[in-house]
Amino acid sequence: MFENLTERLNQVFKKLKDRGKLTEKEVRESLREVRLVLLEADVNYKVVKDFIKEVEERAAGQEVMESLTPAQQVIKIVHEELIKLMGGEEDNSLRLAGPPPISIMLVGLQGSGKTTTAGKMAGYLRESKRSPYLVPADPYRPAAIEQLRKLGEILGIDCYAPEPGDDPVQTVGKARREAEAQGLDTVILDTAGRLHIDEELMGELREIKKLVNPQEILLVADAMTGQDAVNVAKGFNDSLGITGVVLTKMDGDARGGAALSIKAVTQRPIKFVGIGEKLDAWEGFHPDRMASRILGMGDVLSLIEKAQAAFDERQVETLERKLKRDEFTLEDFRDQLCQIRKMGPLEDLLGMIPGLGKLKGAKAFRPDERQLVYLEAIINSMTKEERRNHQIINGSRRLRIAKGSGTKVQDVNRLLKQFAMTKKMIKQLGKKGAKGISPNMFPF
Amino acid sequence: MEQRDKSGVFQRLRQGLSKTQRLLVGGVDGLLRSGRGVDEELWEELEEVLIAADVGVLVTQSLIEGLRQETKRGGITGAQEILPLLRQKVLEILKPHEVPLSLDTAVEYPFVMMVIGVNGAGKTTTIGKLAHRFTSQGKKVMVAASDTFRAAAIEQLEIWSQRAGAHLIRHRNGADPSAVAFDALKAAIARRCHLLFIDTAGRLHTKENLIEELKKVTRVIAKESPSAPHEVLLILDATTGQNAIVQARTFNQALGVTGIALTKLDGTAKGGIVVAVAQELGIPLRFIGVGEGIDDLQEFSADAFVEALFNQTT
Ligand SMILES: Nc1nc2c(ncn2[C@@H]2O[C@H](COP(=O)(O)OP(=O)(O)OP(=O)(O)O)[C@@H](O)[C@H]2O)c(=O)[nH]1
Ligand SMILES: [Mg+2]
Repeated sequence: MFENLTERLNQVFKKLKDRGKLTEKEVRESLREVRLVLLEADVNYKVVKDFIKEVEERAAGQEVMESLTPAQQVIKIVHEELIKLMGGEEDNSLRLAGPPPISIMLVGLQGSGKTTTAGKMAGYLRESKRSPYLVPADPYRPAAIEQLRKLGEILGIDCYAPEPGDDPVQTVGKARREAEAQGLDTVILDTAGRLHIDEELMGELREIKKLVNPQEILLVADAMTGQDAVNVAKGFNDSLGITGVVLTKMDGDARGGAALSIKAVTQRPIKFVGIGEKLDAWEGFHPDRMASRILGMGDVLSLIEKAQAAFDERQVETLERKLKRDEFTLEDFRDQLCQIRKMGPLEDLLGMIPGLGKLKGAKAFRPDERQLVYLEAIINSMTKEERRNHQIINGSRRLRIAKGSGTKVQDVNRLLKQFAMTKKMIKQLGKKGAKGISPNMFPF
Repeated sequence: MEQRDKSGVFQRLRQGLSKTQRLLVGGVDGLLRSGRGVDEELWEELEEVLIAADVGVLVTQSLIEGLRQETKRGGITGAQEILPLLRQKVLEILKPHEVPLSLDTAVEYPFVMMVIGVNGAGKTTTIGKLAHRFTSQGKKVMVAASDTFRAAAIEQLEIWSQRAGAHLIRHRNGADPSAVAFDALKAAIARRCHLLFIDTAGRLHTKENLIEELKKVTRVIAKESPSAPHEVLLILDATTGQNAIVQARTFNQALGVTGIALTKLDGTAKGGIVVAVAQELGIPLRFIGVGEGIDDLQEFSADAFVEALFNQTT
């Protein structure tokens, strides 16, 4: 449907001349694209609005870093702000301190994944050397109690058997006494799914809360939730005061904007994400990964970071000087290869190489990872002299190099051709001014 | 510094939310009937109403663009004239796909319906409600417990089938879902049932092997009844955002979805995703779920849906 954000922003910045700073107008225009991307990812429109405003203030006037294109710079800022909003480095571990038995209460809409989460949590707690106790507090949904009981059986973790006729509040009270008697230290309350606007059932949750004073009240929310996430989060939080969030069904392909919406409304940490139906399919929440996912950028963002890290400023300067003086050698070429290989998946990387997306036929240059290894081997088989001056590499030298690197003469020829082409392209781009050149701009 | 930045956003968000709530309570009607002119702010607010209902960026933009054109052409100046037009546009998208389920598509009994969808969408509950609907009409109904994966899924369906007065065919946990469906079909034929509902395990559309499993169910039952399944009903949760479109697209590609039921419309979610789904895929919209009770199922009505989409208080 949409091209990815990088491409969209590249479109925006096409008009951008070589200037060092992001102007207000450019920022506004690119954030318009970011806004659409966030809405498509199901971030609540209100949250998006505030977020964009914030980013706009931060981005205008910022220097574009040497190693990034303006589009990447904007994405970087957006990404950082998203991470910050979603908790950054905040502590999102479970709060388990307190005199046992402590209670963890799972709440949420129907079908959001509470029961499965209860099972996963029990398994996780046992691994953390706690003794969990599963408590089914859902007498309403057919076979809900049975479902939790079975999960307990699979896990080999005790599950309370509610007495027929007891309401959830009574069940929870009795279960806690039972936990105490058995010396179990962590009670996991699996409550029935309910609508946040169901006053009666929300009242029931408040009563349970009053009764056991849970250490954690976790809102279990489906990662596929749309705009309604803010209403749900607000409803549960206002009524109960949640302490954290579990995001479920993250193994699908939903972009998961609900995470941002919920976080924005409740300001409570997202503590876990569910990534499958199996009882060990869950993990801690990583704001950075979530931010990339919401932006629909996968690993590209971490590649931006890696690119930044890989090219320190001094290197950039020397390289730029060399490029300008047309002193770019096969040795430099190899260094670039090494660095790029260090950075990870080539396909993703190429997509973000500044300027490359715009170059006609650039795709044809894309070799696979294995080819990179060959290229490196070929260059390694050259003498220092050959690397510094490719002109001297004649037929017999080519033969020797091919033998030394375990490749064919044609491979050596191809490499030399690519190198010559790269040099030419650099020269052309270089004419547009030094800013147009970035060390990670090579067409391979 | 970071702390302050953060609270700034949240502060604004809070205020914004209460404004949203006012907007919601006041409804779009309030927004448009105040005799105000047509300005950019109005377009933006209208856009927000649609986005907030999960209609999605693309459909929203095309709707608003269409309205802008018409406004220009018709020389409309008052905001109050916009809303009927917008309703009309959404209705035009949905109306053709308001197609009630008809049992006549089955040449022979039983009419076989396979119910599919992502985890927790409301498949089993909807089957309970549907079974009840038809047994109340004096029809004989069979249900197949083909969710042999999720803990207590069989027990859940069993309770529903009892409530609905339907027959149930079940195997043990972990059994082959298509074998259950096959047995149920044979039993339904033998007992001269009018309908057979196949409850399948929830699965994300991204899991190819699980989609294959569903394909196998359809293949296997077609051996016994070549025209079956007569309906592949996709359950979509109204709370779902834009992913519902991908779900519908993927399930449809794999299995040929013939109908959609939209559940959980009794909450605050509007289910606007079906507008995009209807527009892109043209799959008949059959039912809506409006609660957990056995009677909380209605036939999809485009008019009522559009009404609720814009009447933000319901
Ligand atoms: N409020 C409301 N809840 C519903 C509706 N339909 C289903 N539910 C609830 O949603 C939850 C999940 O419903 P199920 O029918 O178990 O969903 P499912 O798709 O069969 O779930 P899995 O088989 O686990 O994938 C249950 O708590 C239902 O009671 C509805 O229309 N409104
Ligand atoms: Mg089910």
